[in-house]
Amino acid sequence: MTTLSLIYALLFYGATALLFVGLALKIRQYATTPAPLKIPIMPAPLTKGGVAFRIFREVAFFESLFKSNRWIWIFAVLFHAGLLLALARHMRYFQADVWLVVKLIQPFGIYGGMAMVAGLLGLWARRVLQERIRYITSTSDHLMLALLVLIGASGLNMKYLAHTDIIAVKAFFLGLLRFNIQNLPSDGALLVHLGAVIILMIVFPFSKLLHVPGVFFSPSRNQVDDARDKRHLAAWAAPMDADREA
Amino acid sequence: MADQKFETPAFRELREIPDICEGAMDHSQPFIAKAEHNEPLGFPGELVDNWEEKAVAKLGDLLEKNRALRVYLDSCVKCGACTDKCHYFLGTGDPKNMPVARQDLLRSVYRRHFTLAGKIAPGLVGAKDMNKEMLDDWYKYYHQCSQCRRCSVFCPYGIDTAEISMAARDIMDHIGVGTKYSNEILAKVHVIGNNLGLPERALADTLEGLEEDVEEDDGVAVKFPLDVHGADVLLVTPSADFFAEPHVDGLIGYAKVFHQAGVSWTVSSYASEAANFAMFIGSYEQMHKVANRIRKAAMDLGVKRIIFGECGHAWRVAYSFLNTLAGPWDFLDPKYPVPQHILEVTNGFIKSGAITLDAEANDDKVLTFHDSCNVARGSRMGDIEGGQFIIPREVIKASVNRFVEMDPQTTCEKTFCCGGGGGLLTDDLMELRVKGALPRMEALKDVVDNQGVTHMAAICAICKSQFSKVMPYYGFQMDMIVSVHQLVGDALQLGAKE
Repeated sequence: MTTLSLIYALLFYGATALLFVGLALKIRQYATTPAPLKIPIMPAPLTKGGVAFRIFREVAFFESLFKSNRWIWIFAVLFHAGLLLALARHMRYFQADVWLVVKLIQPFGIYGGMAMVAGLLGLWARRVLQERIRYITSTSDHLMLALLVLIGASGLNMKYLAHTDIIAVKAFFLGLLRFNIQNLPSDGALLVHLGAVIILMIVFPFSKLLHVPGVFFSPSRNQVDDARDKRHLAAWAAPMDADREA
Repeated sequence: MADQKFETPAFRELREIPDICEGAMDHSQPFIAKAEHNEPLGFPGELVDNWEEKAVAKLGDLLEKNRALRVYLDSCVKCGACTDKCHYFLGTGDPKNMPVARQDLLRSVYRRHFTLAGKIAPGLVGAKDMNKEMLDDWYKYYHQCSQCRRCSVFCPYGIDTAEISMAARDIMDHIGVGTKYSNEILAKVHVIGNNLGLPERALADTLEGLEEDVEEDDGVAVKFPLDVHGADVLLVTPSADFFAEPHVDGLIGYAKVFHQAGVSWTVSSYASEAANFAMFIGSYEQMHKVANRIRKAAMDLGVKRIIFGECGHAWRVAYSFLNTLAGPWDFLDPKYPVPQHILEVTNGFIKSGAITLDAEANDDKVLTFHDSCNVARGSRMGDIEGGQFIIPREVIKASVNRFVEMDPQTTCEKTFCCGGGGGLLTDDLMELRVKGALPRMEALKDVVDNQGVTHMAAICAICKSQFSKVMPYYGFQMDMIVSVHQLVGDALQLGAKE
């Protein structure tokens, strides 16, 4: 085992732990913080099933963004759907016997990678060219785009220009899963690709990527419109009722 | 205000978005509350010592108590979808009036003090310290948000700037920096029972005067009962309905509907106010206190139902929060939702034939309807999704023959605020109010010019006051704005029932 392989293996273990523990803590925080009032943006569904469907449409189709801005929607869908396909394609690196569905998805994963980079470049162009968005942009917003573009571009680079030994890459990741560290090829593109992924995993729970759990916990979208039928009361607010005149 | 010099914005092409103009509204801020306005609400009289720390501590407290605040401060990806959705941005071009930029005033402090990234690399992630410059920006720009929630409709995560501006105002009140307008009014409610400070005797005189006016005009003895024990219905209506134009014509409309349908009703002098300005300042405690006046009045008068008059944020508090704040309502008649909106009741009477309307009475008018933001995005009417859009239109169409819709990008859940909501309906913010009305005025001008609209109906006391004040700036007559129940009252066939 090379030193490089050991470093990358340890980084992957650390980043994975940070990602999952960090996200779990955030999700626990969101779930346990009370929502004192009913604040769904109306018109809102009258049933829990309706709310689930509303959130599903937001997550799957970016419904509100579609109503809001067609260009951002197109680039956002390109990026997110492309990322999803690319991730699905990468599942083969974690399966000794690759599932049929993962085999079938392989060619689409390539297009996904391209769509992802195209979407990111579109979003980045808007960030630079559209003055309103330029005004609200921080350095971290550029860095996040740069990181994601780097991941996509270095991946496509390995597919089309500088191939790496993917058999060895697969052995490395299967080894990681079994706590049996194998040698990782030392190609530049691969190391950049994996390094960028490690950075992304580490910053995830500390950055605006928290929109991923956030979209499920947004009270304006996940509350049922039933305020007149059911009394909604936060534990911290309940004692106030004892003080009222009646 | 004679000392406020500003130009009314020119009409543009419909849906045109302005270029950004940094600092365009940097001079706009409401009068600051004095100790006498703050202290009755339990807020410090003036800016406290160590206010920077206390502000951050209050933010920490709110983060523990309000999931919305926590999730919204974390989730924004700065996509820019909201940047052209706020009427104050569209009317002023000030980039700090873009919803995300407004949120960022608080988010930058949150990041600095409550997130790892903001603690170790503040410059990278736009994290900033709570300092005087920040507080000034908060005071200016959180009072350029009418909490209308239009931006939230368009946000992929539903981030609701109203929640953030309410939190910022709550924090500012807790360090002694409130607005005179809202805090003075709330103190009046606690002592007298309504925003105007109209005591019981004056209210009784006003209602008697209305009885005389209606009898003179229509020849029918329509009653305006006050503090009647054992009445079936407690009517809770914004106090502007008791005297302001065109509000009072709406109150006359409610009274005629009750009279004709044979409903026994009363107004309470103790809870003579539907408005709850505590929502504007983001204070749950204050909102609870104001709302529970209604509970006490309902118990003391022994009523069976509660009906709210035409008021936007009041109906949001009533529909969405009243059960939480002042429930449970198990002592009222379980046959009726608590509370009901007057339009739900009137629409029911129209459907059942309990009242008859002759729309020809309003044939001198071509109507359009302004959806009030808090009704549209913060409440419902009736028992189906979107009833808050359907029911007012059904009632208007039963009362007038000619009805026209404005641009669909400006109605229903996409409606624009009138420009005066959220505790900003004060003369010291006149420039903001005029400029914030621009998107609605542009949509109105379109239907006036192209479809002959003569009047715009609204169901909110703030909308009505705001429009009658700002419409003349745009070349419209102030009496173009009418109450929906004014139309109902004029069309209602009194005494004609078989």
